[in-house]
Amino acid sequence: MFSLKFPIPIENTLTPPPKTNNNNNNNNNNNNYNKFSGCSYYCSVYANDKLRGGIIRSPPTSNVALHNNEASVVGGWPETTEAKEEPFPEELRAELMPKHVAVIMDGNRRWAKTRGLFPWAGHQAGVEALKEVVRLCCSWGIKVLTVFAFSSENWIRPKVEVDFLMSLFEKTINSEIDDFNREGIRISVIGDATKLPSSLLRMIKYAEESTKENSRLQLIVAVSYSGKYDVVQACKSVAKKVKDGILDLEEINEGIIEQELETNCTEFPNPDLLIRTSGELRVSNFLLWQLAYAELYFNGALWPDFGKDEFVEALISFQQRKRRFGGR
Amino acid sequence: MQISNGYTVHLLEGLYCYLRRLLFKVLCVGTVPNHIAFIMDGNRRFAKKNNLAEGEGHKAGFSALLSILRYCYELGVKYVTVYAFSIDNFRRKPKDVQILMELMRQKIEELLQQESIINEYGVRLHFIGNISMLSEPVRVAVDKAMRVTAHNNHRVLLICVAYTSRDEMVHAVYQSCKQKWSHLNGEEPSKAVKNGGIEKVKGIEDKVEKHSVPPPSSCSLIELVDFERNMYMAVAPDPDILIRTSGEARLSNFLLWQAGTCPLYAPSSLWPEIGLRHLVLAVLNFQKYHHYLENKKEKKKHKNF
Repeated sequence: MFSLKFPIPIENTLTPPPKTNNNNNNNNNNNNYNKFSGCSYYCSVYANDKLRGGIIRSPPTSNVALHNNEASVVGGWPETTEAKEEPFPEELRAELMPKHVAVIMDGNRRWAKTRGLFPWAGHQAGVEALKEVVRLCCSWGIKVLTVFAFSSENWIRPKVEVDFLMSLFEKTINSEIDDFNREGIRISVIGDATKLPSSLLRMIKYAEESTKENSRLQLIVAVSYSGKYDVVQACKSVAKKVKDGILDLEEINEGIIEQELETNCTEFPNPDLLIRTSGELRVSNFLLWQLAYAELYFNGALWPDFGKDEFVEALISFQQRKRRFGGR
Repeated sequence: MQISNGYTVHLLEGLYCYLRRLLFKVLCVGTVPNHIAFIMDGNRRFAKKNNLAEGEGHKAGFSALLSILRYCYELGVKYVTVYAFSIDNFRRKPKDVQILMELMRQKIEELLQQESIINEYGVRLHFIGNISMLSEPVRVAVDKAMRVTAHNNHRVLLICVAYTSRDEMVHAVYQSCKQKWSHLNGEEPSKAVKNGGIEKVKGIEDKVEKHSVPPPSSCSLIELVDFERNMYMAVAPDPDILIRTSGEARLSNFLLWQAGTCPLYAPSSLWPEIGLRHLVLAVLNFQKYHHYLENKKEKKKHKNF
């Protein structure tokens, strides 16, 4: 499905890319997807699936009508790399690794613009960068990775871009479920679900249910998310408990509110490290409560260009910080 | 000779002041931030670096604060918020905490003196945080400072003491629930009285709408407006820039709610070393992003948060 090699010579992303040997058929409810790997992935299923050209995954009631060709191959057959553990970098110390890393994946559209491409090309490239970071987190023992995929403020973007992003989320989640289960990755999605397309909601629910037993890495994807929304919905839940007599007014404290935040889906709700790419120096309403003591790291690279080297740099910076939490 | 030297120093100071005002006039061609927040980090490291006694770093930090306030107010910044003492800081050694409490009391008294910057610029003081956690002498000084400056309305200085953002949010939820349920029970809705007796006073720009008591049938849950109204920082608009000195890049539980979209600036200088150049750079960065941020705010007004 994703067969991106950089730079991407996509001529017109509003119409389906040229068909290849692996035509897929999405005219029925089975939603045939041909899946390709254009970059190193952490699993080896793609090669076999490509040869079979068969169905990868289809939630029972989904009726996704996406772009005609999910299997565009640019530049020939994609690489068929096997899943592989990334060796632990020598520059890092295992005992100082953050348990929870959060990422604001900023810069997709600028990345596309600098290459004369449409914004959605940047988003697709961004997915590849995300997959690489997920792979590295798995390899290096990070327990939780939270990514800011779509802010509540992003709804004001052009409809065609928003629709593409919703479709991209759905396709990506769908295509990765098997890999998540193979690699022990649990996926959770946080954010205001009321605005999401129903097909995406079904896919999310299916993916969360399918992967809920996995424990190697928890990937939390923030979609239609706002830190303020998260805090207010938590406070409303607390207020309701007080109103219903479940909780006494005097019992309200930080722990009570934290339990109601959307990050209550994980054992480590508070990021140790926040990475923001593209050089913007702000947190943009992401995980406001949870970032109270997080180390902030800002990198000038645009998100699709964020790879292993940049991630190691961020982790080195984190490990050099002296975290006092107000004491000492 | 001494008179000559004194005259030269005076002349140079005057020249520096003139050049600074000229620089600010240039900066004012762009948008001047309305509210700047500072995390005053690095006082202890400054003391250690310069082999100073315990507490001397904080005294140097106070001098730096006065300088920065002067620069901000000269530039036209109306609100300045400083993170003076976190609730987390109570976990420091009791002796260190005691020194800081005493220093705080002394400096508050200094601020109220006739020739201080507070009177020069008509600055109103707000002490933001869980004031009841402070020692008695400091609480008395705080109450006096707020009372004495309550009539000032040209500039505002918000000093966060015994503060963390999470505690502020907990307090806001608590107060919101208390008000809502008091109304439901037929009692007079209590005013938004915060801990330590800080009250919202009219006359200063306030971004929160006036409180209107909804009819009992719709009072099932608290709303965003209730929550924001009961925040300690409801007396000021959100900061336009957040500056943290000493190179540490973290928020340390400061203004998490208010600084969600605010540009961050983290110079490596320790707080007592902060100077005009840091402020100028921060303002230039702010002006660079201001247009972009304003566009986003306009669009956001028509959407749910």
